[in-house]
Amino acid sequence: MAGLFQRTTKRSGANVGLTIDGEAIEAQAGDLLITAILLHRTSLRRFEFGDGQRAGFCMMAACQDCWVRLADGRRVRACSTLVAPGMAVLIEGDGVD
Amino acid sequence: MTERLRVDVAIVGGGIAGCAAAVALREAGLTVALLEKALCGAGASGVNFGGVRQQGRNLAELPLARRARPLWDQLNERLGEDVEFEASGHLKLARSDGETAQLERHARDVAEHGLRLELLGAAALRAELPWLGHDVVGASLCAEDGHANPRLVGPAFARLARRLGADVREHAAVLSAMRGGDEFETRTADLAVHSRYLVNCAGIGAGRIAAAFGEDVPLQPLVPNMLVTEPLPFFISRSIGVCGGGIYLRQIARGNAILGGGGGWGDADSNHSRPLTGSSLAAMANAIAIVPALAGAHVIRSWTGIDGKMPDLIPVIGRSRTTPNLIHAFGFSGHGFQLGPVVGEIIAELVTQGRSVSPLEPFSIDRFANAAPASQPIDVGIEE
Amino acid sequence: MTEPIVVIVGAGPAGVRAAEALAHAGLRPIVLDEAARPGGQIYRQPPGASGRVSTDIYGFDAKKATAIHRVLSDHTDRIDHRPDTLVWNVFGPKLDLLTADGYREQPFDHLILATGAMDRVLPFPGWTLPGVFTLGGAQVALKAQGVSIGRRVALVGAGPLLPLVTHQYAKAGVSVVAALDVTAFGSKLAQAPRMLASAGTLAKGLWYTARNRLRRLDVRYGVRSIRVEGDGRVEALRWRDAAGHEHRVDCDAVGASFGLRPEAQLADLAGCRFVFDVDARQWMPERSAEGRSSVPGIYLAGDGARIGGADVAELQGRRTALALLEDLGRAVDRRELLRLDRGLARQARFRRALDAAYPYPSHLLDAVGDDEIVCRCEGITVGALRQAAHERDAREINRTKAFTRIGMGRCQGRVCGEAAAELLARACDSDLERVGRLRGQAPVKPIPIVVGSGA
Repeated sequence: MAGLFQRTTKRSGANVGLTIDGEAIEAQAGDLLITAILLHRTSLRRFEFGDGQRAGFCMMAACQDCWVRLADGRRVRACSTLVAPGMAVLIEGDGVD
Repeated sequence: MTERLRVDVAIVGGGIAGCAAAVALREAGLTVALLEKALCGAGASGVNFGGVRQQGRNLAELPLARRARPLWDQLNERLGEDVEFEASGHLKLARSDGETAQLERHARDVAEHGLRLELLGAAALRAELPWLGHDVVGASLCAEDGHANPRLVGPAFARLARRLGADVREHAAVLSAMRGGDEFETRTADLAVHSRYLVNCAGIGAGRIAAAFGEDVPLQPLVPNMLVTEPLPFFISRSIGVCGGGIYLRQIARGNAILGGGGGWGDADSNHSRPLTGSSLAAMANAIAIVPALAGAHVIRSWTGIDGKMPDLIPVIGRSRTTPNLIHAFGFSGHGFQLGPVVGEIIAELVTQGRSVSPLEPFSIDRFANAAPASQPIDVGIEE
Repeated sequence: MTEPIVVIVGAGPAGVRAAEALAHAGLRPIVLDEAARPGGQIYRQPPGASGRVSTDIYGFDAKKATAIHRVLSDHTDRIDHRPDTLVWNVFGPKLDLLTADGYREQPFDHLILATGAMDRVLPFPGWTLPGVFTLGGAQVALKAQGVSIGRRVALVGAGPLLPLVTHQYAKAGVSVVAALDVTAFGSKLAQAPRMLASAGTLAKGLWYTARNRLRRLDVRYGVRSIRVEGDGRVEALRWRDAAGHEHRVDCDAVGASFGLRPEAQLADLAGCRFVFDVDARQWMPERSAEGRSSVPGIYLAGDGARIGGADVAELQGRRTALALLEDLGRAVDRRELLRLDRGLARQARFRRALDAAYPYPSHLLDAVGDDEIVCRCEGITVGALRQAAHERDAREINRTKAFTRIGMGRCQGRVCGEAAAELLARACDSDLERVGRLRGQAPVKPIPIVVGSGA
């Protein structure tokens, strides 16, 4: 699936495997979670108070738009969290534990 | 140039009690001026937990709380706006056999006042509320209790009072109050209000007003330490408290969980207050002990304010001991929110009839007649 | 006599130069930074070893960036640098921290707040669609991650950041379908002579603009309004030019913001007095020319106090450190003071010209409809703000917040606060200063609830 973002620069870094809603994707060491997700998707989460999705905004940990839910119950701010192997992101599946 | 007002009743304090009193007095046909030092409803009325609760009170308050309860059902219609009252039920948790016994005792006591509580054992609790933590061994449910939005209630009463013709003045801190002849003169920086009756519901400032009439009371600041989380999927279906009162929490329909527990820092003279980190961290830990599913949440904001408390943790409501036509209603000790609408009616009864249909003896200011003053008496007034 | 505890919050240009100056004077400052690596936003470093060349990332500023990056690691014997540390509250002489090891408390005797800035935002139709980022955010994506926010990108701004990011995106091979300046070209021409106060910076700006023209990019000035369209994500940008004609361009991402605003929440919690700047239409913490706030022992430097840019931040960092040293009774080099003050005065002249060249485009709010979202965290509309103003006597921004929830979301009013105040002033027919500013509340950023349990 084509995401919002595209890589413009070749960067060194090992592959890092994550899943988004169960689907496996490849990211690169040094990717922020927002980068990894938005290279493959067009949003990060469902907006709580209306139709539509959110995909981040400020990229500098200020606007708090890019919070993402992980399958292990944690919520992380995608623009200030580095990818780690095995991270399981939930975009569509945002229910209660 | 001082503006002079002449009214039947001057009310000091624009919290829920004062604004509801202004409404009731206007409905009784009296002229009213209300003086609020900042913005109506933004004091203790606006910063509390928002619990609309009959369960767990000092029994002296129960007749008032019972009388207040039906007012909450009609509040939106009366005020002309949605104050977000939910009869979610209030669940008071026991985490030991001793606490369970406390709950059983309380249930018997309140039954005599017509309040029905349902005692739940661990199995029944887990069946209905599987998200409760493992320490909980039982609970008492008051199904008709609930919560509302404290930021909205006081201001809505103030607007209704204005619509009914009360002269409501904000940013009007009272500098002096005195009685001469058979009238009161209450002054702010720009106003002199002459009135037949004076109502003192000035919250943490009420002690100064009382002292101005020779009634020192041991009113102390009570600074509730409040936190709120980010919006979360809704699942905490009841308003929650615990025996001992150390933690209380509720989740609003939008998803934020509101937590309270412990005290913040407050200075009554400057009206400054701040949450204390120790209290906030403890409330966070206590919250996830009771509701482990909150563990993934973030706290996004904290706040506090200054309420007034009496040593016996019940308010002063009633006529002045020293001065005719002076009515007191203050010192709600952290649980005035649910009572606010009925306190307004009671104040109006005291003004118009000299007595109330509700039993007010436990709240008499007389009980502090021999108490030492809580703080230095403040100057009675600034002379022109 | 024990050494005073001096804490600096922020490891951008201001914080780093302040730490350096204090270290050279023999102190051992603690530098707390939310990020993993120093540089702030302007010299933000990609995480880990990226294999990228610094001129590719920072262009003309590569030397300055590298110099800033080295300072803390060059002084590890005297500067206690603690990255990945969020300062979320200050009360009395104590900071509340969130670290990788959970909650920590940090007492201080003297505090320098160098907390930087974020983009200044105004709402426009479609601004909450996936694919809309701030202009600064668009730049961070490229700088820190080597990614573009889209394949066909429209950029909108009201400051020198616009030609820079346009150039950076174009240079990276991204299709920039429009570069729209919502301020007038004329204001830049008028200010050009005054901008010679910082000739180097002016030259850079002209160079970016010229390069963008050579690339035949659609660069426009005086743009009157913008609207993003799309079903679930950005698909097109509509905009009205200076003459009032409407245009539409297909795009899949928009980078739009209008200047910068100081991140001053900690200054607020620390009790610093704030002043309203009429020209900038912004509140900022009161700061003396030397860097002192209104609270003894608390100092302010860089964009976190007042927007001035990276060069000013470096000078202010150093100048503020010297003020602190003077307050400690230490000797300072008076010639250094003079040099710094002269440099700052020159920069201030440039800054005033820049602010006049790019005035805050509050005109973008002129036609904003009731249905537009003003608080994006909570999804609250402009209509709700107006209703509260007209029907519920909300004439002050904190009262508006209490009634409408504007500013109660996770960002605590960072994004919406200034726009909400502008809209409130208009709704009440009041002036902007009178409606006030949103008051800060701890934590300044969300903290995990588990921190209370020692996690």
